Amino acid sequence: MALLALVLLPAAAGGLAFLIRPDAPRRAMLVCVAIAHACMTAAVWRVSTQPVLNGWIAMDAQGLVFLSITSALFLAVSVYAIHFLRNEQHGMRHDLEEDLLFANAPEAVFTGCLLLFLATMTLVTVSQHFGLLWVAIESSTLASAPLIYFHRHHRSLEATWKYLMICSVGVALALLGIFFLALGAERSGLEGSMRVADLVAQASQLEPAWMKAAFIFLLVGYGTKMGLAPLHTWLPDAHSEAPSLVSALLSGALLNCAFLGILRMMQVFVGAGQQAFAQQLLVVFGLFSIGLAAVFLLEQADYKRLLAYSSVEHMGILALGLGLGGIGAFGAMLHTVNHSFTKALLFLAAGNILAAYRSKSTRDVTGLARTLPATSFLWVAGFFAIAGSPPFGTFMSEFTILRAALNQGRYIVAIAYIAFLSLVFIGMSRSVLAMAQGPPPDRPINASAHESWQAIAPPAALAIVVLLLGFYVPPALNALLHEAARSLGGM
Amino acid sequence: MAIASLIPVLLGLMLAPLMLGVINRTKAAFAGRNGQPLLQQYFDLWRLLHKGVVYSRTTTWVFRAGPVVGLAATLSALLLTPLGGVPSMLHFDGDFVLFALLLGVVRFMLIVAALDTGSAFEGMGASREAAFSALVEPALFLALASLAKYAGSLSLTGLYVPLDLAAWAQAGPGFALALITLLGVFVVENARIPVDDPNTHLELTMIHEVMVLDNSGPDFAFVQYTAALKHWIFGALIAGIAIPVRTGNVLLDTIAMVAGIGVLAVAVGVVESIMARLRMHRVPQLIVGAAALAVVALIVVGR
Amino acid sequence: MDVWLNAIMVLLVFSNLILLGAGRLSMYIRCVAFQGFLLGAFTVLAHISDLTVHVWLLASVGTLLRGIVFPAFLSRLLRDSGVRREVEPYIGYTPSILSGLAMLGAGMWLSVRLPAPAIALPRFVVPVALMLIFVGLFLIVTRRKALSQLLGYLVLENGVYVFGVALVQKTPLLVEMGVLLDVFMAVLVMGVAMFHINREFDHIDTDRLSTLKD
Repeated sequence: MALLALVLLPAAAGGLAFLIRPDAPRRAMLVCVAIAHACMTAAVWRVSTQPVLNGWIAMDAQGLVFLSITSALFLAVSVYAIHFLRNEQHGMRHDLEEDLLFANAPEAVFTGCLLLFLATMTLVTVSQHFGLLWVAIESSTLASAPLIYFHRHHRSLEATWKYLMICSVGVALALLGIFFLALGAERSGLEGSMRVADLVAQASQLEPAWMKAAFIFLLVGYGTKMGLAPLHTWLPDAHSEAPSLVSALLSGALLNCAFLGILRMMQVFVGAGQQAFAQQLLVVFGLFSIGLAAVFLLEQADYKRLLAYSSVEHMGILALGLGLGGIGAFGAMLHTVNHSFTKALLFLAAGNILAAYRSKSTRDVTGLARTLPATSFLWVAGFFAIAGSPPFGTFMSEFTILRAALNQGRYIVAIAYIAFLSLVFIGMSRSVLAMAQGPPPDRPINASAHESWQAIAPPAALAIVVLLLGFYVPPALNALLHEAARSLGGM
Repeated sequence: MAIASLIPVLLGLMLAPLMLGVINRTKAAFAGRNGQPLLQQYFDLWRLLHKGVVYSRTTTWVFRAGPVVGLAATLSALLLTPLGGVPSMLHFDGDFVLFALLLGVVRFMLIVAALDTGSAFEGMGASREAAFSALVEPALFLALASLAKYAGSLSLTGLYVPLDLAAWAQAGPGFALALITLLGVFVVENARIPVDDPNTHLELTMIHEVMVLDNSGPDFAFVQYTAALKHWIFGALIAGIAIPVRTGNVLLDTIAMVAGIGVLAVAVGVVESIMARLRMHRVPQLIVGAAALAVVALIVVGR
Repeated sequence: MDVWLNAIMVLLVFSNLILLGAGRLSMYIRCVAFQGFLLGAFTVLAHISDLTVHVWLLASVGTLLRGIVFPAFLSRLLRDSGVRREVEPYIGYTPSILSGLAMLGAGMWLSVRLPAPAIALPRFVVPVALMLIFVGLFLIVTRRKALSQLLGYLVLENGVYVFGVALVQKTPLLVEMGVLLDVFMAVLVMGVAMFHINREFDHIDTDRLSTLKD
């Protein structure tokens, strides 16, 4: 019952949000729902839940990890949203980059879609049926598209259209993969259930050819949604044009949900003991993503696009970790937590910077340390975290994946991995550190207006979590991550 | 050579101009007019045969030979054409290649005769005709190939005789596609809408009529009769697929085929009344589309 | 029964070729509507041996959505945007038709390589399903108008659906309905996005949506 409530509460609230006229109650409802959702998630940690709907909805280790990430991020984002929505002017406003006027989407639409987005992502994490998972992922695409189109001008419209088209096509191909999987199950004379648990149990009887075909399509399909290169082309545009808190959710939560789709298929492979094929593909895609992102990060002039390409890189790291297996799977699961929190932190800080400096270009932003000290601190800390330097948690997870590569004697993979990560570090540091240092701009910037507690507390909380994870992974979380890794062919 | 095999030839010789008459009457009926008499084409042929002929001084023997050779080739093609279940007078393995060759000879003589006049209009029409015919010949071959795949025979008669109801029940979709392709071929080869408007009086928009602008008298009669025979021949090919009546009784089969050709003539008239002709650059797309359908027919038949 | 199934497959190929060769957007919508009806008939015929309520419901709802609701909605959008013709696409019409044939060939080649399904359907079904998928992707990639891309997405979903119905006997009704619902919502959202594109740009040329780049 609790699992259904996790999905239905935000969905109902989302519907309600469209109807509530005044802004203050709606924003309050947003935060309340976020808090309630977080509390229920915390409860799920303590109390084991029963499967619902004939086992189509149930909680397992991976689901709980991603649910927790989503819930925590949403809580942070909802608090930040209050600051954001309060500062967004009504009516027509002047665009920052070009000489045009535009309006915002109605706040009710924004809030409603945010809540529906939470509902669909929750549904992804609790789905134990491949068909339901597909429906949930496609729904999350549809729920998040209006969010990208919040600032209603032609660039965000272009980003929204690309996002819709590319992700829907990818997910349609994933549906084909699911049909292949079902076909494989039927041909082996099984009763044709599409529940993950059933398929895993009977995995050794599935025909390998159909399973491989299914995996290819699922990897391409959900990989598009996840942002693996070369299917990532929607990601930089969508992340740079969406409001920062939406980008935080997209990078931190939605990409993970797409990854979950691939994880479910991996479980089936592991059940059959045939994961070598899948792991090969994942390693290739992973390295390609990291490499491509590293190249595009080098001369990036737009700091939000910078963060977007960083997401592509980290999704590559996740794929690589999963593909290496062994301790790499645990590293990948740990990395989902670290990356999500760090990326959300960075995007929220970027939101503050954008609001204060009114420019997305890295060249225009200088002297952060003096104008927005708190944000600058978070921004630089976030950069070090995302680049994988100690003492942050990302270092631990990336190092674990490196260990996995070395354990398996795959030195070329390890060398490429280190090389790309170094490239990323160099490329990002030039842009990010230059933003923090230097003289402040001529135009005076009102720090207090842009650094209210709702704008600083959420990213600060996220930063503390990432820092903490670098030193100490709570045993409960550790056990959960290991359990998840075990079902994925790791340890 | 049984008497029965004379029937397709005789019917073709006699009824081909009537087919044009039916088309014209249908168009007139659509337009709300009374239109020409059904036998108008016969009167026209008779009149033209009794007129004198005028040859331009720029023409050579090619121009004089064109209409005659064209008619001869068309008559030979008529000898090869089966009328549904009634076999043709001449049939042997691979005769459809000869069939296509003969039609090609007709076209070639027309084009060469047109070029021989040295007129710009005829040259323009000739180049268009050459381009479209080059595209349409593969379509024709592909459609016939799909029928051959089903019948397992390589002669036109052998292709058409087995196409009865049972055959349609077995491989209907493929035949339907081949039929559509042949309709496209019909429209292009006979210069009907949507490829060419036979009623246009603007030379720049003509394809076929402009090539025969300089012909007169008996030569023009031959050209008109050749056109009518080509209508009939392609009509027989189409009706052979569309009407799956193969009772074995020559009289019944013949009546069914002639009725089918009549229906085709009416359909052509209707299409000419409803549609406008395609823009010139869309015609190759139409032909390629027809050829594509023939390829699909080839795949589907016998699967 | 095989003949009717073959006929439906041939008509699907026919509609695909028209989609590839046509220039008018209203023709696209009509073709996709036609495909919707064909898919409904196909659903019923493929399960002719075990017609349950499930099958009838799926066929009727699918036909309603694909054959009537989507085309009506998209025609409205088309009228509002005032566009009538596709602009010269990245790959011209004649090469498109020939590519369509190549896609059918590729589909047939692939269907031979895929392990044969254990269901008695004409062997032409899987190649046609694959052709639909390829044609959908082709339309999305080579056409400039946003509406053409949306219709390409619908054709892609049609192909995946034919594949599903043909090969998978026991997909739960709920999943099929969920898929249909999702496609419906996707069309709705994309339609709204198109409406905004038209209002914003006064056209629906996606090749002019190219400001965002590195």
